[in-house]
Amino acid sequence: MSIPLIETRNLKKYFDTPRGMLHAVDGVNISIQAGNTLGVVGESGCGKSTLGRTILQLIKPTSGEVLYNGQNIAGYNERQMASIRRDMQIIFQDPFSSLNPRMTVRDIIAEPIRVCKLCHGNAEIYERVNKLMDTVGLASRFENAYPHELDGGRRQRIGIARALAVEPKFIVCDEPVSALDVSIQAQILNLLMDLQSDMGLTYMFITHDLSVVKHISNEIAVMYLGQCVERVNSDRLFENPLHPYTKALLAAIPIPKLMPRKRGAGIIKGEVSNPIDPKPGCRFASRCPNASERCLSEELRLVEAEPGHFVACALYE
Amino acid sequence: MMSEPILKIENLHVIYKTDESTVYAVNGVDLELFSGETLGLVGETGAGKTTTALSIMRLLPDKIGKVVHGSITLEGTDVLTATEADMRLLRGSTVSMIFQDPMTSLNPTITVGNQIGEVLYLHRPGISHADIEAGVDNILEMVGIPAGRKNDYPHQFSGGMKQRIVIAIALACEPKLLLADEPTTALDVTIQAQVLEMMNELKDKLDTSMILITHDLGVVAQTCDKVAIMYAGEIVEYGTAEDVFNGKNKHPYTKGLFGSIPDFTKKAYRLSPIEGLMPDPTDLPAGCKFHDRCPYCMDICRTQNAPAIREGSHMIRCHLMAAGGKGEAWE
Amino acid sequence: MSTAGKAKRRKRSQLSLIWFRFRKNKLAMLGLIIFLMMIFMAAYVSIFGDYEKAITMDMPNKLQTPSAAHLFGTDQFGRDILMRMMFGARISLSVGLLTMVLSLVVGSLIGAAAGYYGGKVDNLLMRIMDVFLAIPSTLLAISIVAALGQGMFNLLLATAVSQIPAFARVVRSAILTVKGQDYIEAARACGMRGGRIILRHILPNAMGPIIVQATLNIARTILGISSLSFVGLGISPPTPEWGSMLSEGKTMMRYYPHLILIPGAAIALAVMSLNLIGDGLRDALDPRLKN
Repeated sequence: MSIPLIETRNLKKYFDTPRGMLHAVDGVNISIQAGNTLGVVGESGCGKSTLGRTILQLIKPTSGEVLYNGQNIAGYNERQMASIRRDMQIIFQDPFSSLNPRMTVRDIIAEPIRVCKLCHGNAEIYERVNKLMDTVGLASRFENAYPHELDGGRRQRIGIARALAVEPKFIVCDEPVSALDVSIQAQILNLLMDLQSDMGLTYMFITHDLSVVKHISNEIAVMYLGQCVERVNSDRLFENPLHPYTKALLAAIPIPKLMPRKRGAGIIKGEVSNPIDPKPGCRFASRCPNASERCLSEELRLVEAEPGHFVACALYE
Repeated sequence: MMSEPILKIENLHVIYKTDESTVYAVNGVDLELFSGETLGLVGETGAGKTTTALSIMRLLPDKIGKVVHGSITLEGTDVLTATEADMRLLRGSTVSMIFQDPMTSLNPTITVGNQIGEVLYLHRPGISHADIEAGVDNILEMVGIPAGRKNDYPHQFSGGMKQRIVIAIALACEPKLLLADEPTTALDVTIQAQVLEMMNELKDKLDTSMILITHDLGVVAQTCDKVAIMYAGEIVEYGTAEDVFNGKNKHPYTKGLFGSIPDFTKKAYRLSPIEGLMPDPTDLPAGCKFHDRCPYCMDICRTQNAPAIREGSHMIRCHLMAAGGKGEAWE
Repeated sequence: MSTAGKAKRRKRSQLSLIWFRFRKNKLAMLGLIIFLMMIFMAAYVSIFGDYEKAITMDMPNKLQTPSAAHLFGTDQFGRDILMRMMFGARISLSVGLLTMVLSLVVGSLIGAAAGYYGGKVDNLLMRIMDVFLAIPSTLLAISIVAALGQGMFNLLLATAVSQIPAFARVVRSAILTVKGQDYIEAARACGMRGGRIILRHILPNAMGPIIVQATLNIARTILGISSLSFVGLGISPPTPEWGSMLSEGKTMMRYYPHLILIPGAAIALAVMSLNLIGDGLRDALDPRLKN
């Protein structure tokens, strides 16, 4: 296999909180080949957003490596990052807080071009902005509009255009469709997929919605309380989920089809706690229907349960 | 064959009037709900779902929101003409509402036990202190929270637990009708499944009718007996869950909604979203409100309101159905 | 709430747009007109006024009530109050404005750095500010002037320094609310540096409370100078200045109220017009509040 575009090795990010050390990302190993999409799925507080930001070095990792094209960028300072920033961008969840309310659409998209000095002179910059707006399906009549004048879908398109402005290779999409209405969601998902095939982009697609992630990803990593518990290509995950948490997640998705209602089947008890000073052992053990003594004591590692299918569970060791 | 409905809404029109503009939020909604039924009110942001629910509670924002036409009858009471004192009695005991965000629906400075107790105190005149305590314990157990935690404050609970408490407060006086406005949208999927499961059980146990407002057809499929699809303040399709999910005809908008949902039970394919955006509610298009996004738009759609075509329990508001000669057009 | 239709092509520049929105606010325009008139008066008073009348004592004519010869009457030394008020505008307004600008710039930078970088920088800067806040601002100004010596520039410096902590606090808290927004992170993600992020993204969005603080600040400065003058460290006696007119007239206000009413009205008018301008500016700078 060729060198993955993005790879993390035992990546950790701890936050010092008044209540103890919060293990937001705790030893995550992922890799994404160029042109592919890795879906990162998990519920709130599982560290998926922190993982994305740590890879981009927007948050400095506590330990571990982030390899970009084989080069370890963990701990790079802003100057060292400068040349790499262009290649890695981020799209945010909230189309309202992700755009500066005091700037026009054109200025928002032009800004990264200016910062990275990709073009010189306003004429050249604005021509590029217009091209970008066209690419993401924003009519050019909106160029002087302010974000608050537009609806969620259009705002999200601005965010995408801003990310594309520097011609990145890799984009972290942090729940880009969660705040949108269903019909708009589908428009944005289609746009993201079109852009990927046209420009050969590599995505890390962070979401809590398994049905969205299946749709857009080649490979999926399921996270629980800071750890990656299962990693496999997306079709296989849905055919044969191995980790009890993944199974529970799948069972919990409301399917828009009438089926005989299976009361209580597959619903797991308990709630996601938080990874502050976690005890050793599997973090899912307290909710897991299959938990045994072993799960409470031993640290579990991802093992290859079947070719290309990694799972961190005592059942498969 | 059926008794009187608990809730009957006829031709409801609601506007929000501000200095600059008038928002036409609800434009002629008809609904009926019988005892024990669950109705799913589905639509996107700005479709008028929440406005409809607030009208039933008569909690539209003062001076801005106004019912301009129509009637709402709740358990024989005409909601729109009732006195404010009557409405206060009605809210909580006959009808209660759950909001989307459990974080802001609870008062952070009062223990959850006292917040539940308050509802009992308000709606059961002369109830004794011991009875309130017993009632609170009972209700907490019912929503799956140990009664021992009644002296905790809201921030000591997780999001899912808070939503359970909100539900407990809403159900404290065993209302006939529960309006649930996106009760699980802010929750994680595994927690959503738990809460939906619990709501289903409670509804059966207390024989409460429910209007579940949501944008998630999956949630509807799991919980609702009847479904109303709303678009731009109108119900464009209405029927039993069977009609809407498996019926042979669908409103083009409903079709679009289904097409927009990624279905993980199938192989990956390109989504077929509805092109365009919701119309501006201050400036609704003439004719069928969906016509500029509709792939089947005909000339008549641009000028004339779509007729409600009924076929048994299934209603579709579309010219296409009339043109197909099915059912009988009126309006 | 799609207002797509309204988002027409807008060719006008940002500045003209701000001016356009400002102009629609009638009260703000009133404030601007009053303030411009005061500036004009201060700038050109020497053409039609007589500075001698404002400073030379004329004991026989002391404490006159308003008359044709002295429109606003005279003070306890027989000086013409109208002239003193008009010439006083020069010092009061210029010191007021300059102090405001100086403390605004320095205070904003300190507050912005503390708010944006957080952690140790925040702690260090804000504890220093706390030290300044702990000393009453008049006392602080007095000690600065006493240490550096009298003079216009030192006076300016002293009043400005005593106002900086207030600005730093307001700016810091305004910035903390903006800092969490995703667009700040987006700017970082494309490699923008801290300083530029503060100037381009954070400060414009934290403008509201800063402007309010700035306009209130001017009133406080004008009065602050008078207390400095009172202890002999501000403007030396014969020079007219609103604050000192006020404090000089204070002793006789029961019998000759016009001694303090005139400078008092001038201060009130200046402060009010600046407040109106500030409110109008805050709204005009926010594109969300237009139409």
